[in-house]
Amino acid sequence: MQSDIYNPRRHVGIHAEHISNVSSNDFPGHYPDEDNSWNLDLFRKKLQVKVNKLSQRSIQFDLVGVDASIANAFRRILIAEVPTIAIEHVYVWDNTSVIQDEVLAQRIGLVPLNVDPSYFEFKSASQEQATDRNTLVFRLDVTCTRKPKAAAARGAKKAEPEPEEIYNHSLVTSGDLTWEPQGEQNEVFASNPPRPTNENIVLAKLRPGQALSMELHAIKGVGKEHAKWSPVATATYRLLPLVILNPEKPVPPQHAEKFQKCFSPGVIDIDPVTKAVSVNEENLRNETMSREVLRHKELEGCVALRRVRDFFIFHIESEGPYAPENLLPESIKILKQKISTIRSAAEQLQVEIEGEPAVEGDVEMAEA
Amino acid sequence: MADPATKKIKVLRGAAPDLSAATFQIVDESHTIGNALRWMIMKNPKVEFCGYSVPHPSENHLNIRIQMYDNLSALQALITALNDLDSLCETIEDAYDTSLKNDQIERWDEKC
Repeated sequence: MQSDIYNPRRHVGIHAEHISNVSSNDFPGHYPDEDNSWNLDLFRKKLQVKVNKLSQRSIQFDLVGVDASIANAFRRILIAEVPTIAIEHVYVWDNTSVIQDEVLAQRIGLVPLNVDPSYFEFKSASQEQATDRNTLVFRLDVTCTRKPKAAAARGAKKAEPEPEEIYNHSLVTSGDLTWEPQGEQNEVFASNPPRPTNENIVLAKLRPGQALSMELHAIKGVGKEHAKWSPVATATYRLLPLVILNPEKPVPPQHAEKFQKCFSPGVIDIDPVTKAVSVNEENLRNETMSREVLRHKELEGCVALRRVRDFFIFHIESEGPYAPENLLPESIKILKQKISTIRSAAEQLQVEIEGEPAVEGDVEMAEA
Repeated sequence: MADPATKKIKVLRGAAPDLSAATFQIVDESHTIGNALRWMIMKNPKVEFCGYSVPHPSENHLNIRIQMYDNLSALQALITALNDLDSLCETIEDAYDTSLKNDQIERWDEKC
């Protein structure tokens, strides 16, 4: 399979001022005498998924053998359609800080929460009654005061004191959000009480005498409505870069180091004796495709830059309740839900059309 | 039309009476499913043409045009493609789970 990535049909050409062979060509009729129609067994054989790197916040994996439209569907769903919980309604009882109610509410909404959304239902309309199945309640009650002994403890120090030294609660952070369990939520979330994934996000700054008192309602939503419901910080893919040396025209030994410097570190190896250059297959994926090599006259024709059209290197950073390795399965689940909704609608349409007698105009048509 | 608000798919005006060429309008969907579906429909050798568009970014629907050879049903091609797309998803999920379980993964500690 590794050598298969050098099949020129899979390549996108990268040139100094343009790119070539961008569109996929795996359709019936594109190549004469080739089938290219959908074949699940063949797809299963060619598909390669390999998880490379995993941390508690991010994952990097290869998805090989699918069309860009499929890879892009997963990426789009990850950003915009995997649900999470975020604060949507803010009821302000008191806000004497310098930050305005609406600005503070916006900041609070963006705080990622650690709550598993599968327990919750969507709260469809804003008039709908809030229940323990669609709403989480948080409180934010903070008052800033002076530390009584702070001035004395500082003694004769001349420098301006830090606010934290002389005031209590001069910073309001996401850690100050306190969860108020409703109904059966106490039992459901007993093992993992709802709280922000990061407790150190600064929401506001206070001075003595200023106070915040508000009730916050978090509901389930998706990223296409507002980015605060997006479960990922980033979900991106890029195509595997290829550097193909021209055997007809080797890199001149006196330019070997210059050639190496045209690429990302580790991509090009130089033989210490013969000064012959070679591509390091393992580090090849780190290449940034800067195209620097195409700017130098003396290196012209020595190398071709390509990308593999169906080799997607995914990088997903989780920001919210999902473990990074669970994000792709979640997006697949949502894509399958979409498919099944459309399929049942299409099947119903088919029944409606076939059920009626075949006379002119039996097809149900809408105004365009 | 029973209830246009709840209808997921409708056939737009101008479709062939035998539905061998038709434009379907799918509501509440976007490029996410549109492009994937177009690709899968184009993998069908009986399809003469398939294209999709989202006519306006603030209108939440997409149009997908299918034209068939041999007077076959475009709606049937749509349903077939949906089934194939579903099995594609399953295949990818299986492969991903297998990789997560069996492959050697570089695990690292990311600071918050």
